[in-house]
Amino acid sequence: MPDAANTALRPAAAGKVAPRPLVQVRDLKMYFPIFTGLLRRHTGDVKAVDGVSFDIPAGETLGLVGESGCGKSTCARAVLRLYEPTEGRITIDGHDITSAGREALRQLRPRMQMVFQDPQASLNPRMTVASIIGEPLVEHTRLGKAEQRERIYELLDQVGLNRNFANRYPHEFSGGQRQRIGIARALALNPKFIVCDEPIAALDVSIQAQVVNLLENLQQSHGLTYLFISHDLSMVRHIANRVAVMYLGRIVELADRDALYEDPKHPYSQALLSAVPEPDPLTEAVRQRIILTGDVPSPSNPPAGCAFCTRCPRVMPQCRVQAPTLTAVAPGRQVACHLYSPNNDSIAGSTAAI
Amino acid sequence: MSPSPDSLKPVLQVTRLNTRFKTRTGDVHAVNSISFELRPGELLGVVGESGSGKSVTMMSLLGLLPSPPAVVNGESVMFDGIDLLRCSADQLRAVRGGRIGFIFQDPMTSLNPVFTVGFQIMEPLREHMGLNGAAARKRARELLDLVGIPDAERRLDDFPHQFSGGMRQRVMIAIALACDPKVLIADEPTTALDVTIQAQILELVRELRQRLGMAIIWITHDLGVIAGIADRAMVMYGGQIVEMAPVKDLFARPEHPYTRALLKTVPHLKGARAAKLEVIEGQPPILKAAPASCAFRPRCAKAMDRCGRENPQRVKVGEGHDVACFWDARTGGARNA
Repeated sequence: MPDAANTALRPAAAGKVAPRPLVQVRDLKMYFPIFTGLLRRHTGDVKAVDGVSFDIPAGETLGLVGESGCGKSTCARAVLRLYEPTEGRITIDGHDITSAGREALRQLRPRMQMVFQDPQASLNPRMTVASIIGEPLVEHTRLGKAEQRERIYELLDQVGLNRNFANRYPHEFSGGQRQRIGIARALALNPKFIVCDEPIAALDVSIQAQVVNLLENLQQSHGLTYLFISHDLSMVRHIANRVAVMYLGRIVELADRDALYEDPKHPYSQALLSAVPEPDPLTEAVRQRIILTGDVPSPSNPPAGCAFCTRCPRVMPQCRVQAPTLTAVAPGRQVACHLYSPNNDSIAGSTAAI
Repeated sequence: MSPSPDSLKPVLQVTRLNTRFKTRTGDVHAVNSISFELRPGELLGVVGESGSGKSVTMMSLLGLLPSPPAVVNGESVMFDGIDLLRCSADQLRAVRGGRIGFIFQDPMTSLNPVFTVGFQIMEPLREHMGLNGAAARKRARELLDLVGIPDAERRLDDFPHQFSGGMRQRVMIAIALACDPKVLIADEPTTALDVTIQAQILELVRELRQRLGMAIIWITHDLGVIAGIADRAMVMYGGQIVEMAPVKDLFARPEHPYTRALLKTVPHLKGARAAKLEVIEGQPPILKAAPASCAFRPRCAKAMDRCGRENPQRVKVGEGHDVACFWDARTGGARNA
């Protein structure tokens, strides 16, 4: 999809003629229970994901960013029902994932795949490349041996690996090549939706661009929809159409890429973007940074009110009492912050200066 | 902030340092004839990918690599009037953690979980400065204050697991600074941290430099971090320094094809957004032999015949700007030399 056309179309498309989203997530909650004491009583929950909603239109990429422990990976796994979500509804390609039974879910699996962070840990060291990529074919298709072989070669070509590598083992490959094997496996069943969970975090800088370009090329040729999870905000700006910023289990801001990077609204998004070091000494020398104090609170014991109130440079008394909800502040743009609630118009206006 | 170049005697001078690892499948030449100097009060950034030899270089000059398998040799590593490659183990021990402090990437694995943080900060004070009891504790409390840990007096009795990642890295910095080092070596100190916490640590380092004035070697793979804090930077590839320059020149006028490609391959947070990222094809090398030709040649867009026959030496291309390449970025052809 050409970039200029894409950005020109988006504002008009927002809300009205937008295509039916391929992925719809509504109020997803993923709690992990805490059991304490001699009787292992259920005394609390780690609210890893606490009421997350988003849509991903077909063929687009949603970037999900946030710091470690904010629940982005948990969210991704819950979306594919690799965890049983505590609450919420997930629809992928018109099928309700949350209520699907065991066999129905298995039938749906080929549509949704995942690329993992650590290609070392997500490839079985005792299996050859061919058997790793071929496993989904054995499991989900009735292809014969020769057809499987042909499909494996085709996949190796698509991810830029030599066909002669088919009988080698994962340890013989570099990090970038292993990630290509993981991508080939994810592609094997012609999925529509792929969750990429920090797919480049373990790779060297010069290899990251190779893998990201591959993901982009495959998106174009196969019409794939991505949920791209990363803590690398510059890379997310490169690959995503829309971006969701998470903090302590909730989405604090959801916006089109350019809108978010040009003018972040939520104080956390502002701090996060200002904290990313830019590879340019001239801008770095004059840059105004928002340095947050303290650390991310524990999701088992989040602060009352807004989860960000303990570190927010613009905290108000109201924030410590009532949690803000994600509300639309502009077409296609949602922010969860009291600064932007309707009765706070005067304060919201002043944030444009930041 | 940086003093005028060449006017001050370097605090650390490394000349032709080599490190090899003996393995069952043959030698790996991790560091190949590296020379550089560190000037008083400056922050020297070291950039490179994994396996480029950045960490091994620093570990080698501090004598921290176990031998075997490591074999370290070279002309000299001069620090404070002694040659670290040839001094006794006792002399080296007096330098490490005393006049040269260091910080490693992962604060959890470099702090001992069974001792209190206070005990670990006081350890270099006892070893190197002979401080004991109340005096050591007082100094430890000052150090925790210095690195911005609130409620320092009480926190001295806490164990590492009671601190968050960012706070642990602050403790590591406190330990490294305990004996007023002249040189601080920081090996990817913010890589394991989240960006907002990284920003806190970078801010702390900027502030500490102003106050304490030590020279710092900062190893990282993050070009953004280098751009933000370094005075000079050296780029490593294949166990060699391929480019060395004041940081502004390095980003404004990169000379080596590797540096140029590396700068183009990272996406930016602001400004025009490229439709496709630039790519450096291929993989970094595994150095089974000392390089006889340019290590970057197989991946280099500018490679010439000569690059396969000789290994380029560093030549001066500007004030404090060296590059090891036969291709001349200014003329776009072979270098006349």
